Amino acid sequence: MSTLKGRNLISITDFNKAEYLEVLDIAEGFEKNPKQKILSDKVVATLFFEPSTRTRLSFESAANQLGARIIGFSDPGGTSVQKGESLHDTIVMVSSYSDLIVMRNPKEGSSRYASEVSSVPVINAGDGANQHPTQCMLDLYSIRKTQGTLENLQIACVGDLKYGRTVHSLVQAMCNFNATFHLVSPQELKLPSSVKMSIKNAGLKYYQYTDIKDIVPTADIIYMTRVQRERFPDQMEYERVKDSCILTADMLKGCKPNMRVLHPLPRVNEITTDVDKTTHAYYFQQAQNGVYVRQALMAAILGAK
Amino acid sequence: METKKELVVSAIQDGTVIDHIPTEAVYQVIRILGLEKYKDEVLIGNYLASNKLGRKGIIKIKNKHFTKDEVSKIALVAPFASIINIENYIVTDKFQAEIPDSIENFIRCANPKCITNAEVVPTKFYVVDKENLKLKCHYCEKFTTKETLRFTE
Repeated sequence: MSTLKGRNLISITDFNKAEYLEVLDIAEGFEKNPKQKILSDKVVATLFFEPSTRTRLSFESAANQLGARIIGFSDPGGTSVQKGESLHDTIVMVSSYSDLIVMRNPKEGSSRYASEVSSVPVINAGDGANQHPTQCMLDLYSIRKTQGTLENLQIACVGDLKYGRTVHSLVQAMCNFNATFHLVSPQELKLPSSVKMSIKNAGLKYYQYTDIKDIVPTADIIYMTRVQRERFPDQMEYERVKDSCILTADMLKGCKPNMRVLHPLPRVNEITTDVDKTTHAYYFQQAQNGVYVRQALMAAILGAK
Repeated sequence: METKKELVVSAIQDGTVIDHIPTEAVYQVIRILGLEKYKDEVLIGNYLASNKLGRKGIIKIKNKHFTKDEVSKIALVAPFASIINIENYIVTDKFQAEIPDSIENFIRCANPKCITNAEVVPTKFYVVDKENLKLKCHYCEKFTTKETLRFTE
């Protein structure tokens, strides 16, 4: 039985390297055989205090395929939360009705707090701009699946590296696998120094760029994120830099054959649609991998694997 | 024979002296310890000559001894202040206020989106940099610094 039984997953740093690999191995089994009714005696609560179609459906699909029953809400309208019930009281109540809580809440740190008051394990499905660890786990799964390994890769992260929580988590997780990081962003949206410090502390290297073209020949993975107009106080500046983080099919000439493009989705215009038809596009399969990874996490935490 | 220097701020019989307070932090120390409402003698001196700091502040509080949490609060705004316990005009204990490794309850998270600012959740921080004062929130994982430090009411 997994050592993850009974554990919470709130932040990607809650798990260590061996535990990441364990989850990925279990997920591989679910990819080969997704419908295993091993949680038919379990109730999974999905509490979405703010809407998130992809994440919620992915968790619910994962739970359904394992035979678990699902309770919960997809937005707090019409629930006791709208009547002013505290998060504390909601969690205490729901934990008495369920075996596992999956929670998304716009308040940062809400999942950590929920895990401290809940009598059942909590999986963080996003707490504001803070953490979204299952996204990171599916990113790791997608990288390993496309590259055959997580070790010694050239990882390029592109776009909004300052506010993009998925990039912060991915960098922290990949620090366990001797990665080299290539960071492409406008000056205003560079990776925060605290995350760069994680790279340095792991004895690894990073390089910073402002133009995506500079990293195409080197990268094994190009992890794209969206540069949002509202992040720029000066709109002229946005207009000047916005195209420097857009990936087109033309740019992929000269990339490594094994290179794959990932994106946490939804995409707007940062990957042009002509990239979709290339062998390098992997973002839609990446989203699909989320189901296997979430199956693995739920099964391991509930002691069914 | 040794000549005793004149005390600029009078001695107290029983209580605590907070010495070597940076001049700009004296009134903040008074505020965070709630000394405005303290119903006994509080003697305050500021911009006094100091070998260590050039100029310093000093606060003497009669009949008061501070808890560990209160000493931590002092350390956060006046690092390296000396805490001197006095009984019957004699120094019974003297130590430097030290910033602890973790801090619970009395600081507010600087992140307005943190759950601790939305619900009644006791705060908890890990001190990641004592020299430049950088605290990481246990919940939202964001940093509170010297510039954004606020105490709970």
